Amino acid sequence: MTAFPDFALAGPELLLAAGALLLLLIGAYGSEKRSSLVSGLSVLLLLVAAVAVVIGRDGSTFGGAFVVDGFARFLKVLVLIGSAVAVVMTQRFAVAEKFFHFELPVLIVLATIGMLLMISAGDLIAVYLGLELQSLALYVVASFHRDDGRSTEAGLKYFVLGALSSGMLLYGASLIYGFTGHVDFAGIAAAAAAGGSTSLGLTFGIVFVATGIAFKVSAVPFHMWTPDVYEGAPTPVTAFFAAAPKIAAMALFVRVVMEALGPVKAEWQQIVAFMSLASMILGAFAAIGQRNIKRLMAYSSIGHMGYALVGLAAGSEAGIYGILIYLATYLAMTAGAFAVILSMRRDGAMTEDIESLAGLSRTNPTVAYLLGIIMFSLAGIPPFAGFFGKYFVFAAAINAGLYWLAVIGILSSVVGAYYYLRIVKIMFLDEPKGAFEPMGGEMKAVLGISGLFVAAFALVLGPLGDAALAAARTLF
Amino acid sequence: MDELLRDYLPVIIFLGVALAIGLALLVSPFLLAFKNPDPEKLSAYECGFNAFDDARMKFDVRFYLVSILFVIFDLEVAFLFPWAVAFKDVGVFGFWSMMVFLGVLTIGFAYEWKKGALEWD
Repeated sequence: MTAFPDFALAGPELLLAAGALLLLLIGAYGSEKRSSLVSGLSVLLLLVAAVAVVIGRDGSTFGGAFVVDGFARFLKVLVLIGSAVAVVMTQRFAVAEKFFHFELPVLIVLATIGMLLMISAGDLIAVYLGLELQSLALYVVASFHRDDGRSTEAGLKYFVLGALSSGMLLYGASLIYGFTGHVDFAGIAAAAAAGGSTSLGLTFGIVFVATGIAFKVSAVPFHMWTPDVYEGAPTPVTAFFAAAPKIAAMALFVRVVMEALGPVKAEWQQIVAFMSLASMILGAFAAIGQRNIKRLMAYSSIGHMGYALVGLAAGSEAGIYGILIYLATYLAMTAGAFAVILSMRRDGAMTEDIESLAGLSRTNPTVAYLLGIIMFSLAGIPPFAGFFGKYFVFAAAINAGLYWLAVIGILSSVVGAYYYLRIVKIMFLDEPKGAFEPMGGEMKAVLGISGLFVAAFALVLGPLGDAALAAARTLF
Repeated sequence: MDELLRDYLPVIIFLGVALAIGLALLVSPFLLAFKNPDPEKLSAYECGFNAFDDARMKFDVRFYLVSILFVIFDLEVAFLFPWAVAFKDVGVFGFWSMMVFLGVLTIGFAYEWKKGALEWD
């Protein structure tokens, strides 16, 4: 006789799951005109789930496979906001480009459930289930514009490489299980600590699991899919990919290495430090030659994941705090940047060319100033949000004795500043090439809110920092 | 470590035997078989009539849809069977878990029906 687990802890996930099924039926049995209703209800559902996450209590259920703590709660709110913003930005664009079907918001909700499960995972089985639920929905979303060759190519590439990475993760998980005898994180940590020296098999397992997760956060050298998928996928889908799944995968990375593999820090610290270093350098140099703004954002996100991994390489409470702040600022900057990219529409057609931003300061000064602020922030220039994220992770790295990592990180962010500031230069100094079509109201709202958040980050750092600190503390 | 490796000894023996038998069956026809080819023997075999196309032709994507739907509902039964056998042991929680699973599948079924995935035209 099995007793019922505590369902209330998984309330937001259950709510989203039931809501997604209901939305599917509304979409299928409602009239065609109702398809925008599904988008609206999805956003509402995601926001209600975010409220449920905030007011929920801590604990673990389903035999320890599902953990709710401050860390999970902080990141779940970020992911839910990221997904909700993505749905908001998708609707009008997808209708205009004639690829909107009501399944798109439903798939985003389903992917979000997977991300929440990843963040709350308490054992390796839950990790895999959450990851697959997220990935399978994302593969479909990437190829959602199915009449467009590049979109289907993006979906196929993402699927093949994603399946490969899932296989590696599973192989690593089976090795870890084989050499520690546990799938739950606490058991793995206890077994790893008890063994004295780390067995070769466990090291192999750690390497494979780290590889699998590195694919999902697109850390170098497992980043190859990112530029192609970002460029090929429909732009609102790229906006979604750049924010929420990255946050969830980073949360999973932190949880697996800190909770399950905390006692064998020496084994994974080198791997994380190397991936962080390589991502920062590649993100800085490879983006320089890009002409397509979506590809540029892809390399930018690779670089940003590298900076966030600096905090993980430090492996300290301050490092995790830095990651949490970094992810919050990254979400705001990505949302704002993509609100502009999605509005780069001229003569009824989308443009993805960076040069088409030329002279934006004269044709639409408000947008130019807000995007300028976001670009300064992405480059990490004070007093904007991006600076604080970088400051906290580098400070944590220095306190952990990883001086070289911090030095190279700062140098590569100087290199990276070149291509962010080039966009500012194009907007403010180049001759206008004609105005874009007016922005939609929802894009203005997203850009305005994220621009304000980024510009006035020093003011919100207090309450946000307290929440992040409490969240980081739960892992120690 | 030796203990661990000894546990895997049967697997190694099994691999070795499988490799030996497989290779023997693959290689022996080349060495032993009587060879006398003619065009009829070499052409693709189709039941009752001459081969009219290459085997690697394009075929309708709807076959995939039908086969995927088949696999889903086939697996459903594969899950139901052990559940039914162990019904006395899984208890109320086990019963409702399966009911939720069937409910999700039913919604999927209603969706695909409405979308016309079950019709050929």
